[in-house]
Amino acid sequence: MRVWKFGDNIDTDAIIPGRYLIHNKPEVLASYAFEGTRKDFAGKVRKGDVIVAGRNFGCGSSREHAPLALIGAGVRIIIAQSFARIFYRNAVSVGILPLICHQADEIPDGADISVNLKRQVIECGGKQFTTEPVPGFLQDIINAGGLVAYARNLEEIQTCTGSQR
Amino acid sequence: MGATIVEKIFSLRCGRKVKAGEVVMAPVDGAMIHDITGPLAIRNFSEMGGEKVFDPQKVIMLFDHQIPADSIAAAENQAFMRMFAKDQGIFNLDIREGICHQVVMEKGLAAPGEIIVGADSHTCMYGASGAFATGIGSTDMGFVLKFGALYFRIPESIRIEVNGRFPWRVGAKDLILAIAHDIKADGATYQALEFTGETLSGMGMDGRMTCCNMAIEMGAKAGIVPPDMVTYRYFEGRRAITPVDISSDPNAEYASWRSYDVNELSPQVAIPHNVDLAVPVEEVAGTRLNQVFIGSCTNGRYEDLAEAAEVLSDRMFSDSVRVIIIPASRDEYLKALRAGLIERFVSAGALVEAPCCGPCMGGAFGLLAPGEVSLSTSNRNFRGRQGSTEASIYLCSPATAAASALYGEITDPREV
Repeated sequence: MRVWKFGDNIDTDAIIPGRYLIHNKPEVLASYAFEGTRKDFAGKVRKGDVIVAGRNFGCGSSREHAPLALIGAGVRIIIAQSFARIFYRNAVSVGILPLICHQADEIPDGADISVNLKRQVIECGGKQFTTEPVPGFLQDIINAGGLVAYARNLEEIQTCTGSQR
Repeated sequence: MGATIVEKIFSLRCGRKVKAGEVVMAPVDGAMIHDITGPLAIRNFSEMGGEKVFDPQKVIMLFDHQIPADSIAAAENQAFMRMFAKDQGIFNLDIREGICHQVVMEKGLAAPGEIIVGADSHTCMYGASGAFATGIGSTDMGFVLKFGALYFRIPESIRIEVNGRFPWRVGAKDLILAIAHDIKADGATYQALEFTGETLSGMGMDGRMTCCNMAIEMGAKAGIVPPDMVTYRYFEGRRAITPVDISSDPNAEYASWRSYDVNELSPQVAIPHNVDLAVPVEEVAGTRLNQVFIGSCTNGRYEDLAEAAEVLSDRMFSDSVRVIIIPASRDEYLKALRAGLIERFVSAGALVEAPCCGPCMGGAFGLLAPGEVSLSTSNRNFRGRQGSTEASIYLCSPATAAASALYGEITDPREV
């Protein structure tokens, strides 16, 4: 799995510019991903590649077109030092796994990487890094394969029955 | 230990005492969708097996990003949503009313103590009325449309106490840019910003909206101003509401406290390409401009337009700059029209457009060419936000924008 490395505060306008939000299909959105900010991405990204970023990945607009564009590009895992809140939820909703890793900045661009989800460990260039666990309520959605699949199986919900997870 | 206003709202809506950090499936009192994020939300709702929305009266639909439709694809998206509204019995405000956030506020659709979600990040603006309001994605919105509820992690709050009187031609936008500079783009992630203090108490709803609108620019889940007389007076003639006691307890627990004194505050300008890069206007005065945009959900209200008109006076905008002015809503447009502001702007050489997101959407119109520089009263100066990724965007108040439009370069509004 190849690493595409990005810096801090990568906003959703950078991931998918506003003028392409008329499109809703992941594969169409993918052809414009990072247009203007990372010109080689859309043409060269391969299925299973991993995005690694610094702090506050996905800040700004709530556009779900951003994680959809990355899904369309074949990205299933994003590793960052931290995520913006709405992007984090959107990623889980559409089936991308957002992993928080405080040493993400030590992972170089173009590196070969492997992610062990069970052990919550990333291996890269002989080094091992740990990732933070995903909050419990989101893990249920991830396990279902995204929020649509999770919701399809729910007949009704009980409000305010949350837990301290 | 006492509770914050945010904890009190969730406790009120959940019928039991809940605390920051808890994850709850909370009921939603209003859900807003627009022409960009709406089509995906509706598709997700259908794919979830949704047939009827939880409550058509609690769904707010309108189009503001690409209106009138600027492409066939945009027209198709809007036609798709119109059909859904008709099928579901949802009242669709269509392209008539203006920017979603301004319209939700002026229709009184976000009341003190309510939980409102919107498929747009600047939904946090409704905190100005003492509602808990937050932006969500389209799949989360699909879930809300089906169930009328959503998982929320109840956020901790940062208390921001603002005191003092704004100097001449300095206001709410300068304050929030200064706060964003201090908190940084991710300093409030997953938290709420609670604005208090004598400056906020003395501020009208317009300034409170500007402050809450930009909470997201610090990563915050919500911005909120405790409801007071200003809030309840705003609802008069809009919607009959019952006052709720939700003010934070004196012994409430906060993630952090910050205090500001605005007596000496300078006009602030956020330089490219991040909102938290605010500097006093003096530091960037003289920067040549190609375009000035006065508008958006952050600063497109009557008070903002009046502030710009006061700076403009009976002068002309510089020929060297394109000036685009867009009232945030039909109501604000009419107020400006009746006060003679629109005639003043057009006479001075500005292009006044019908209420919509305008250049801040970065797709419909008003785009920037590579190398161009824009000064904007909107909320984001991200690279490419208003067109080319090789253009530069500066953010400021309506007063600074108007002063700068007079000279075609960034200008201190206190010096014109």
